[in-house]
Amino acid sequence: MMMMGQVLEHYVLLASVIFTIGAVGFLVRSNILVQLMSIELMLNAVNLALVAYNRVHDGDMGGQMFAFFIIAVAAAEVAVGLAIVLSYYRHRSTVLSDEADALKH
Amino acid sequence: MSSGGFLFLVCSVACIVGAIATVAARNPVRGAVGLLTTIIGIAGLFLKLSAQFLAAIQLIVYAGAVVILFVFVLMLLGADAAAIREDRARVAKVVSGVLLAIMALGTMFALAPHAGEVTRFGSPLPSHGTVEAVGSMLFDQGVVPFELSTALLIVAVVGAIAVGRGKQGVFKKRPAVLPPKEMFIGPLLPRDESGRPADEVAR
Repeated sequence: MMMMGQVLEHYVLLASVIFTIGAVGFLVRSNILVQLMSIELMLNAVNLALVAYNRVHDGDMGGQMFAFFIIAVAAAEVAVGLAIVLSYYRHRSTVLSDEADALKH
Repeated sequence: MSSGGFLFLVCSVACIVGAIATVAARNPVRGAVGLLTTIIGIAGLFLKLSAQFLAAIQLIVYAGAVVILFVFVLMLLGADAAAIREDRARVAKVVSGVLLAIMALGTMFALAPHAGEVTRFGSPLPSHGTVEAVGSMLFDQGVVPFELSTALLIVAVVGAIAVGRGKQGVFKKRPAVLPPKEMFIGPLLPRDESGRPADEVAR
């Protein structure tokens, strides 16, 4: 543990832990807002892994460029997703994703 | 332990604690604070990985915009935002348990053969992760995706407004010119309980 934070594997392990927590939250929770936050957790974990791998390839900024685009797309996704949540709440007066069964009936 | 190792330890603990709080909190406002903790921790790790530009972007976009947007929506929805369903389908829990096991086993099997031989970072170039380096990469090899992302952001803004503002024309229009009687209801007139002028009721 002397070289903590100097090793690629530590960052990849941390990213996989955060990604798994986000995936479990997305599957277990039924509140759409919490599900959206879990998606953000997963995107952040992927960003961390990309930047960590980019650190190995010194002088090449490809991984950081990908992370930049992921951040831009995540911002757009959150804006549209929260607008959909508001619209859904106006229709059904709830934010539980289980209640969104209009296509079933 | 060096100071860099200490930074890594603090940031990773903040990330994991925040992630668990995001997922496990019953009140989504606490979940938003947990998400904020994770984001700040990851920004610290970006600094440790000498990605200064991305650390700043992370703080500006995620902590400054995304979390604030979540908090705004939580405020608009009020107490209904904390809805929790207890009788959640067991399938989801089983699937998530299997996912956890797969991730744990996968990382174990991926790392076990290489125990002892790890990829150590060298000292970075001074230009690694600076605005100049990322920007030249962005405009050198990623010009088309960059321009497309601007179009994506515009479309997302227009779509968010179109979806979020709901049906129009629900509110009754007030007449452009008020009748004189309504114009002269001032605070000086005595009023009854319903707010109308008292002398009108008397008539």
